[in-house]
Amino acid sequence: MATTAIEQTPAHSVEATGLWSWITTVDHKRIGILYGATAFLFFLLGGIEALVIRLQLAQPNSTLVSPDTYNQLFTMHGTTMIFLGVMPLSAMYFNFLIPLQLGARDVAFPRLNAFSYWVFLLGGLLINVSWLFGAAPNGGWFGYANLTTKQFSPGMNIDFWTVGLQILGVASLAAAVNFFVTTVNLRAPGMKMMQMPMFVWMSFITQILLLLSFPIITVALVLLMIDRTFGTHFFVPSGGGDPILWQHLFWLFGHPEVYILILPSFGIVSEILPVFSRKPLFGYAAMVFSGVFIAFVGFGVWAHHMFATGMGPFADAFFSLATMIIAIPTGVKIFNWIGTMWGGRIEFKTAMLFAIGFLGMFIMGGLSGVMHASPPADLQQTDTYFIVAHFHYVLFGGAIFALTGGAYYWWPKMFGRMLDESLGKVHFWLMMIGFNLTFFPMHILGLNGMPRRVYTYSEESNFKLLNQLETLGSLILAVSFLVFMYNIWKTWRIKATAPADPWNGATLEWSIPSPPQVFNFPALPQVSTRDALWEMKRAAGGSVPEPQRVSGKGIHMPNPSFYPLVAAIGVTVTLGGFIGGSHLPVHIAGVAILLFGVYSWAFEPA
Amino acid sequence: MSHPTGRRLAHWAPALTLAALVLLVAACSPDQYPQTTLRPRADYARDADAIFRLTLGWATVVFVLVEGALLFALYRFRNRPGAADPVQSHGNTTLEIVWTIIPAFILAMIAVPTVRTIFKTATKPGPEALQVEVIGHQWWWEFRYPQLGITTAGELMVPSGRTVNLEMTTGDVLHSFWLPQFAGKRDVFPNRYNNLWFKAEVEGNFPAQCVEFCGIQHGRMAYRIVSMKPEAFDAWAANFNQPPRDFSADTAANPLVKQGQALFQAKGCVGCHSLYPALPLIGPNLHHVGSRSHIAAGTLENTDENLAKWIQNPQAWKEGVLMPNLGLKDDEVHALVAYLRANQ
Repeated sequence: MATTAIEQTPAHSVEATGLWSWITTVDHKRIGILYGATAFLFFLLGGIEALVIRLQLAQPNSTLVSPDTYNQLFTMHGTTMIFLGVMPLSAMYFNFLIPLQLGARDVAFPRLNAFSYWVFLLGGLLINVSWLFGAAPNGGWFGYANLTTKQFSPGMNIDFWTVGLQILGVASLAAAVNFFVTTVNLRAPGMKMMQMPMFVWMSFITQILLLLSFPIITVALVLLMIDRTFGTHFFVPSGGGDPILWQHLFWLFGHPEVYILILPSFGIVSEILPVFSRKPLFGYAAMVFSGVFIAFVGFGVWAHHMFATGMGPFADAFFSLATMIIAIPTGVKIFNWIGTMWGGRIEFKTAMLFAIGFLGMFIMGGLSGVMHASPPADLQQTDTYFIVAHFHYVLFGGAIFALTGGAYYWWPKMFGRMLDESLGKVHFWLMMIGFNLTFFPMHILGLNGMPRRVYTYSEESNFKLLNQLETLGSLILAVSFLVFMYNIWKTWRIKATAPADPWNGATLEWSIPSPPQVFNFPALPQVSTRDALWEMKRAAGGSVPEPQRVSGKGIHMPNPSFYPLVAAIGVTVTLGGFIGGSHLPVHIAGVAILLFGVYSWAFEPA
Repeated sequence: MSHPTGRRLAHWAPALTLAALVLLVAACSPDQYPQTTLRPRADYARDADAIFRLTLGWATVVFVLVEGALLFALYRFRNRPGAADPVQSHGNTTLEIVWTIIPAFILAMIAVPTVRTIFKTATKPGPEALQVEVIGHQWWWEFRYPQLGITTAGELMVPSGRTVNLEMTTGDVLHSFWLPQFAGKRDVFPNRYNNLWFKAEVEGNFPAQCVEFCGIQHGRMAYRIVSMKPEAFDAWAANFNQPPRDFSADTAANPLVKQGQALFQAKGCVGCHSLYPALPLIGPNLHHVGSRSHIAAGTLENTDENLAKWIQNPQAWKEGVLMPNLGLKDDEVHALVAYLRANQ
């Protein structure tokens, strides 16, 4: 076979190793692993913040931490878990899986992909550097004006928050563009949209949500930042501004954000359940359309976070009805997942346990959500622990369980090793027990009068017993994560010899070696059905042979590049110059670095 | 071979779950929680409670059916040796329609009473209601009765059996006023008034606290809702409308009280705290503070010991509060306590 004019350099035919190869990587698989490792560390940090919160709340009138420290802890716990935990963990899966499941060699814009990761890392580090200044954000993850205006939050805390989130927003927007284009343009020959794996569909919808909602929070953050830095009055009442404007802007972003948080997990579960039930996903079209409907209507329910603000009965009624309507497609998905298992032959591998746990816990979170869709009831529930219970059931019981299940499922593909199944089951049961013990009592506390975001409570309130149970639960949760980390460490020491397809998977990522070679597929697959790999196995009489590693000669992969990191540093420095006031020299330095990075990136060979 | 700890855990999981459930049920009874929303004692709260119980009822039904179906599927369709390959069904359009329509129907059953209640509770009461202006501050609540010419703080006094209309705002950041026993909550904004109304059915002294994060001491921004019979309320209002007692001219007065009165001026307390029934200043109005059930924004019982502790060092109990440590000596504190106690 004639070689092409552009020969592959030897460096590309063997997987490069060493720190520099990771710093300059533009390989979606490596970027995915970087996202996952970084996000997991931030997630542990958020978990430690939660543990301190739980220790403080274990006693009435506790003085374990000061009120200001507590306020920083709950603000950072929420901000970390959402922006540095769940979102980048989902990004790990977008990165690793979307090209593989689509039968592509990489994403549409590999260097933009690396850029997204570095911006995420730098943004996450910047927002946490605030701890070293004793000025971690302390206005809540939702940062309501006018508490967050300069007058009432004179320190740097809120500056770290507005700047950090804007930087993270750049990362999310760049990644969303990338995965949107990848999904539209880089599907394997023959693969129609309605034949894509459900994980890719849910991720695709998520990218659209990101593209439409992140600009809104960017606007809100910029307005707050210039109020604080340049004396504008968007949210300052004495200047004619209105604090409620912040809430509308924030929740216009904030509600789609929760679907951004959960849709990838819906996708993960939709991959795991069919494989371990040995039958296809039930109701593929219904799952696609319900996902689209949820995303669309999700832009019309934001003010259900604002029922207590006195918007008037017509607004309350509209948003209440819209919120109830969203429950319908959500229910459709739940029934289709049960329908997937129904009539199947269920294998209770660890990944499957987590997917089932997701289903059980998400049902509960969804039901409590419907309970607050009704304003008269919500006016007792909002801003109490009843809400805290709801969103932890959907975000932890939902997203974290699914993301963890995904780890056990795709670990062999990513690292060539299987995680230990027995330890996995210990992890699962500890997490189930710990999770429910921590968060179920919060329903009771909320209905019985415990507000949110309080650093302590009185003896008279009688909140002590349930708080102590919850703290015990959180310690059990912590142990479950230790078991998980032990599992990772223990199995890491084995050689990477996992088979390409340990679970009898349905999708293309299982048709290549574990871990995949840098170019993914020796030859791009030809696809004509859903569950492409199951179809290939059927056509081949039941199974396909173990794929062999090949030389990859003649396949051109994108060159590694240092400039995405440079550009990311440029973005961080430019925006970082707004902390504690606008510092022109810092802005100038940042822009210079950014321009250098982008110029070099634009003109280097691809 | 399954890990021994895993097996032991899975074996004990049902028993542990049962134990946890028993504890939870014991902790469930609302009567042990003074701030509970589950014992409505006013018309507004009853309307909210009715909607809550309706949604809870439907949620329970759906929970039992759906989780039940899930658990059944897990048991019935688990892999067993010799099991046949499952039918590779892709879906069922009829089922999709059925399980779209049924939830829609259930939601309609919730939506109709919801909308009705929204509009009912949005209707402001008529002129027969007692008007109260509620003002949130970092980190205490102020209550003004425009019809009675009264300003007070920390305790919302209301007559039972008569509609009370609250017009609410804030003097600084967003707060939220909540009457868990009588009505829901409303956030308060600096540039407008929000409204809440209720008619208390019982008498009593109930705790509540701010429910919108408002800064460092959001956790200790509490208050009391004191409902009393209409005659008792009228007596309270009439008594409140008396000017502050001047002990300096009273030869029979306790010298400690007189000393306290002098200190209240000399140490600058009077700069923030008004003792006049109708005059608000930047701090809580202290007229008749001696007879309030709680101090320090509803967070401390109004005993001499607590009052002394608070005046001596407010920052120790409520770090960040706007009342500074005045560096008072012990005997000065005792005098002030006596004076404030005499102010009833």
